[in-house]
Amino acid sequence: MALSSSSFLSTLPLSNSKSAISFTSSLSPSPLPSFRSASSSHKRRVMTIRSKIREIFMPALSSTMTEGKIVSWIKTEGEKLAKGESVVVVESDKADMDVETFYDGYLAAIVVGEGETAPVGAAIGLLAETEAEIEEAKSKAASKSKSSEVVVVAPSPPPVTSSPAPAIAQPAPVAAVSDGPRKTVATPYAKKLAKQHKVDIGSVAGTGPFGRITAADVEAAAGIAPSVAAPPPPPPAAAAIATPKATTTSSSPPLLPGSSIVPFTAMQSAVSKNMIESLSVPTFRVGYPVNTDALDALYEKVKPKGVTMTALLAKAAGMALAEHPVVNASCKDGKSFSYNSNINIAVAVAINGGLITPVLQDADKLDLYLLSQKWKELVGKARGKQLQPHEYNSGTFTLSNLGMFGVDRFDAILPPGQGAIMAVGASKPTVVADKDGFFSVRNKMLVNVTADHRIVYGADLAAFLQTFAKIVENPDCLTL
Amino acid sequence: MQSAFSLSFSHSSLTTPNRPLSPSNAAPRNLRFCGLRREAFGFSQSKQLTSCRLQINSRRIKVSAAAATNGAPSKSSFDYDLIIIGAGVGGHGAALHAVEKGLKTAIIEGDVVGGTCVNRGCVPSKALLAVSGRMRELQNEHHMKSFGLQVSAAGYDRQGVADHASNLATKIRNNLTNSMKALGVDILTGFGSVLGPQKVKYGKDNVITAKDIIIATGSVPFVPKGIEVDGKTVITSDHALKLESVPDWIAIVGSGYIGLEFSDVYTALGSEVTFIEALDQLMPGFDPEISKLAQRVLINPRKIDYHTGVFASKITPAKDGRPVMIELIDAKTKKPKDTLEVDTALIATGRAPFTNGLGLENINVATQRGFIPVDERMRVIDGNGKLVPNLYCIGDANGKLMLAHAASAQGISVVEQVTGRDHVLNHLSIPAACFTHPEISMVGLTEPQAREKAEKEGFKVSIAKTSFKANTKALAENEGEGIAKMIYRPDNGEILGVHIFGLHAADLIHEASNAIALGTRLQDIKLAVHAHPTLSEVVDELFKAAKVDSPVSTTAQSVKAVV
Repeated sequence: MALSSSSFLSTLPLSNSKSAISFTSSLSPSPLPSFRSASSSHKRRVMTIRSKIREIFMPALSSTMTEGKIVSWIKTEGEKLAKGESVVVVESDKADMDVETFYDGYLAAIVVGEGETAPVGAAIGLLAETEAEIEEAKSKAASKSKSSEVVVVAPSPPPVTSSPAPAIAQPAPVAAVSDGPRKTVATPYAKKLAKQHKVDIGSVAGTGPFGRITAADVEAAAGIAPSVAAPPPPPPAAAAIATPKATTTSSSPPLLPGSSIVPFTAMQSAVSKNMIESLSVPTFRVGYPVNTDALDALYEKVKPKGVTMTALLAKAAGMALAEHPVVNASCKDGKSFSYNSNINIAVAVAINGGLITPVLQDADKLDLYLLSQKWKELVGKARGKQLQPHEYNSGTFTLSNLGMFGVDRFDAILPPGQGAIMAVGASKPTVVADKDGFFSVRNKMLVNVTADHRIVYGADLAAFLQTFAKIVENPDCLTL
Repeated sequence: MQSAFSLSFSHSSLTTPNRPLSPSNAAPRNLRFCGLRREAFGFSQSKQLTSCRLQINSRRIKVSAAAATNGAPSKSSFDYDLIIIGAGVGGHGAALHAVEKGLKTAIIEGDVVGGTCVNRGCVPSKALLAVSGRMRELQNEHHMKSFGLQVSAAGYDRQGVADHASNLATKIRNNLTNSMKALGVDILTGFGSVLGPQKVKYGKDNVITAKDIIIATGSVPFVPKGIEVDGKTVITSDHALKLESVPDWIAIVGSGYIGLEFSDVYTALGSEVTFIEALDQLMPGFDPEISKLAQRVLINPRKIDYHTGVFASKITPAKDGRPVMIELIDAKTKKPKDTLEVDTALIATGRAPFTNGLGLENINVATQRGFIPVDERMRVIDGNGKLVPNLYCIGDANGKLMLAHAASAQGISVVEQVTGRDHVLNHLSIPAACFTHPEISMVGLTEPQAREKAEKEGFKVSIAKTSFKANTKALAENEGEGIAKMIYRPDNGEILGVHIFGLHAADLIHEASNAIALGTRLQDIKLAVHAHPTLSEVVDELFKAAKVDSPVSTTAQSVKAVV
């Protein structure tokens, strides 16, 4: 249907009162589906309809509106309409609105009655240009309402659907409650979120009490971080951050008495799948000690300007990657190198127990301050569950830092689709001997990179790490 | 306001302290006001409610000093002048007023003083709602940010919240008890029942007599059949107010004011709520426009969903590892519709009169669905449609208007009558409030009721509306959400109903309810001055927005004459 819905998408004040909105009571000149299979005589009529009968659509009265309810029709069938007159009152999620027509004519037929609901863009009535065409429009409306149930009915499927999900492993008593397939049980907020994020609730596996679908399940299915009230800031993470995709490896020893089985959420299933997939990639690891005295000093200097350690490390990695493009490449088909034109650093972050990898795009090009700002914004979005897909899945290299927990070294699993991942440990005072044999205490940090050996070889990785260490040890270039 | 009233009305009470007002004294005043009111509502003399309350206030100290007056020898052969069965808010109000009027009074209580309101109703629920309001505010990061405030995550201690509610109830209960003791009201302990005309039994076998008897036994939560209440997972408001748990998911059966208030509490404390409403619309008791707006603010953005047009035909408590099961049937076709599984179900389907075991059969009174039938003067009607002499019933037990303050007003009205002054309470001037965040309040008729009445009686109805968005104080509080709506007669300026949804709506309604009680007309009250900037200007704007045909009413002139 060719309708210019953008014209309705005006932002509305959150007003409770009825306000009038002008909209093109739009017009789809395209023939209705029900007429497609008609005989030739019908085809002729379609031509007529094209020019004279317009459809009145459910307008989008707010940016979040997905469906609207007809409060009342101000005009009755057969009544004459003048351009600019209010025709119908529509209730959106925010307010009641008078909807006006942009065309003169007659309200030929009401397709969606008072009190009924229709999705945005669905025809709710027909507008005839002349009185003579009212009858024609009515018959059209009749056939429309017959064939259009799909259009008029609200999009969200009723929760009763017996989806393929139900065979969830659950403590026995629950399964015994109902025979046959269990119906989907979702909490009120879960249903709301599903609607908001357009998640089919029937396809979500419930992990709540009694196998019900909770808000967290829907959020996981929608790929967003859960929204439990804000505990402390992002970088600190559950120890499971070893890889950007949690660690839910399952071996299957016999169940001990008293233990319980909790099925994966959609997100956990995805993690599991990715982890298995990662086994098909031949990886190897190279560690490197990095002196961080200079970096720490720089950090102290730029911290007041809002620069975070994450931004510093991402910037350093970005700059090192720029010199070693092969480490930023990936092997998609096992036969070739895919060199990435951008250096996008994904940074693993645990938020409220969830795990997400917001991506700092063009980390080598952006300056430190912009990068820090960008990072702050991404974390904010992640917490508000507003990350767009490209903001968490466009990474070409991943950074995972567990240093803040005192972890001195760890190795990470390479996420499929990337060439390398860097695991950063804590920076610790270490006694070192210099080439002249003098002892001194320096801050040392161990980094460990896991890479795909099909494209990245030992020397490549070593060279990359050397560059990285040089940058970190002479960090002035980071601020340039 | 108070001083104005005592100026105009207290002359009679001052001249005849502790004595029934003589009818001759009262008559002329009634005439002046009731004429208008009859025209308005078909009720009369409602303004006396207000004046009586003020008299109590102004003279309580004096009376308590002379507390012994309650024990003054009664000239008749009765033990007491007045016995009240039930020491809830209704009985308490009646007792205080009775002592005030010089009656020797006893009050019988089988449970705890204070009744539902103080122990299991309005009072503890306000404590919980005070907590929920603050939680809501602190959790609303956007709201705090708009003030420039930074607050770290808000949390709560369930037991602490529960203690606040029970402490408040205890405090108010003690206040109530002490106020009666101070006045010398005899508080008799035990269940009371009517043995016969003017004869009451309480406790095991104590029999006392009184000239007049008031039944004020109140109500208990109504639990429809098929619902098994276990007090843990299937609960009524009685249990919910103890806040023994905060479930993840609670179904609330009934979306009236009790259900709404609890949804406010539970969602603020982190629960998700499912409403089950038998009617086709949520919040059926409210003005449709208000309930629609309230739904947008109190339901839709919160973690609440709902099923309308359905009955909960069967609710089984959680047991044997199963959640609470709720079977829903279509309210019209009675066909099974859905099954819900939740952690807790709260039954808020209304309240049933508590009139069992009252000995009503001894005086040939048959209850109607448990309610004791009364006339407009709260006089009990027996099975033959005849008035039972010297027996009155007030409050929830008569079902006229199940509100604490209505019971108290009815009690005072009865005392007025038994002390010789005829009095009929105007129920349309009694305000009601729902203490959600924001609050809802109302007095008088809803718009559909007013339109129906207008059609029948042939007058016109107009509507005035104002928004909290236009109110400075509301905006300063960042609480611009809400409207006030007034239904009135444009021909004579009479207020038919006022409905407010917004910040502190419950406190704002009284200007309107007083105006209705006193018969004040819009053309007069719109000249009254309101302090700026206050929320009361919302109501002021409402009065000023009204378009009335007649310039000045006769009421105003007569009020002036009295002053």
